[in-house]
Amino acid sequence: MVDATDSSDAIRTRDLNLWYGTFQALHDVTLDIQTGVVTSMIGPSGCGKSTLLRCFNRINERLDYVRTTGSVEILGHDILAPEVEILQVRKRVGMVFQRPNPLPFSIRDNVLFAHSLHAPDASKQAQDELLEGALRKVLLWDAVKDRLDSLATRLSLEEQQKLCIARLLPVKPSVLLMDEPCSALDPDGTRAVEELIWELAEEYSILIVTHNMAQARRASDRCVFMLMGKVIEHGPTSEMFVTPRDERTAAYIEGRYG
Amino acid sequence: MFGPTARTVQDQLVERRVRVGLGLVTAVLVLPVVLILGVLVVKGGPMISMEFLFSDPTNGMTEGGIFPALIGTVWLVGFALLFSVPVGIAAALYLSEYAPDNWVTRAINLAIINLAGVPSIVHALFGLGAFVLFAGFGTSILAASLTLAVMTLPVVIVATRESLQAVPMEFREACWSMGATRWQTIWRIVLPNSITGILTGVILEVSRTAGETAPIMFTGAAFFLPFLPESVWDQTMAMSLHLFVVSTQVPDVPEALPYGVALVMILMVLTMNALSIGFRMWLRGRRKW
Repeated sequence: MVDATDSSDAIRTRDLNLWYGTFQALHDVTLDIQTGVVTSMIGPSGCGKSTLLRCFNRINERLDYVRTTGSVEILGHDILAPEVEILQVRKRVGMVFQRPNPLPFSIRDNVLFAHSLHAPDASKQAQDELLEGALRKVLLWDAVKDRLDSLATRLSLEEQQKLCIARLLPVKPSVLLMDEPCSALDPDGTRAVEELIWELAEEYSILIVTHNMAQARRASDRCVFMLMGKVIEHGPTSEMFVTPRDERTAAYIEGRYG
Repeated sequence: MFGPTARTVQDQLVERRVRVGLGLVTAVLVLPVVLILGVLVVKGGPMISMEFLFSDPTNGMTEGGIFPALIGTVWLVGFALLFSVPVGIAAALYLSEYAPDNWVTRAINLAIINLAGVPSIVHALFGLGAFVLFAGFGTSILAASLTLAVMTLPVVIVATRESLQAVPMEFREACWSMGATRWQTIWRIVLPNSITGILTGVILEVSRTAGETAPIMFTGAAFFLPFLPESVWDQTMAMSLHLFVVSTQVPDVPEALPYGVALVMILMVLTMNALSIGFRMWLRGRRKW
């Protein structure tokens, strides 16, 4: 067991259990997600990978029949502690959803939304800089710089998903959680977003849930395999796909169930 | 090989009969609307004049106009909305955006549905007991509007809740995941995208409230009071009660007078409905997702 003050891990869970009502979705999950790498989470439908992802920004909690035990640390700090403010957690831990979900206002307002919650009095100039920085980072600036005031919901799905990543950046997150970020995109869009994920990996710890094993293999440094609410295996992606340690991992990777 | 057989000919016959039958029933539905409007326009149309709209009734309500009733209805409906809209929207916001899904919430929802089903005469007696007597407001615009408000509340709540729930869940999740509180989410995303729907519901409700007679009869509407109310503590005439009175309670009323009153009421309601439909079309045009 690693010392709790050692913050070399982005996310660390200890004996994390989660129930939806009486159904237990996570069983004693103990997992260390390293800083500064892309980690993918794979496993069959209903294995709990999205549920686990959603624990890391505490968005599960809006469902009042959800109960959790155990601990979740982000950058060495317990985020389930009573004094923790969810707003501050979500500032450091951004989330990208399966379906691109830009808000129904302009591109500019979308990118600056989170920032405006945290710094409502920011100057126009500071906002413009953040806007350009974030859009450049997701390789969207050149495509949209002339129509920043047009509706974000009119962009293509690929652009929308990039925008959904861009809007997390102005509040300087450390961890980005992505829940099947490419599943609504076509092959070109998928490739573009995967490339973007690699770009971002230099600065952020990224955790991707995916159904797509080829994607996990292509687009992650480390991989977590989950089954029935338990973490079965966690290791470097290249090793797990070539020499899985667990029989169940091997079976899943070979497509014997899924 | 694709030609009809004896059985399919029979099927086609039934098909045609059903189509014509259903169409006829639907056409018959339109008839009452056309008849009501037609009769009102023919019989009441000649009554309508500036003088009819803007002068007091005279000579035992057999002559003159309807101005105090018209203004009285505006007061009653206006104050009723002043109470029911904020309370209704607040309740709908709580139920839709905050309330946990448990038996308390379900009980509240059930109560709202039942409140909508209470006959208006029962609301009238409740208003008499609660506002006129218990609260000591006397028979007054205040008591009558509050009674109307209680009656309209469930509809405002249900219409508002439906508009709120029409806002996609994805928007809320996006907001929450960026650290917005529930209220910030409501204020910046949910309300701006549902306000026109809420307004549509409210306007439709106005037209219904304007026509109610029973709830105001014991609580604040007067039989004959040929001057305008000065405060909410006054009684007032109202269009709906006035129509009832000139139709059944006063001797020697010229035949056209009740029709004129009814026509003005219908026009008020139709104007409101037209406004509401206009709003809805505007809403669709503006929809951003």
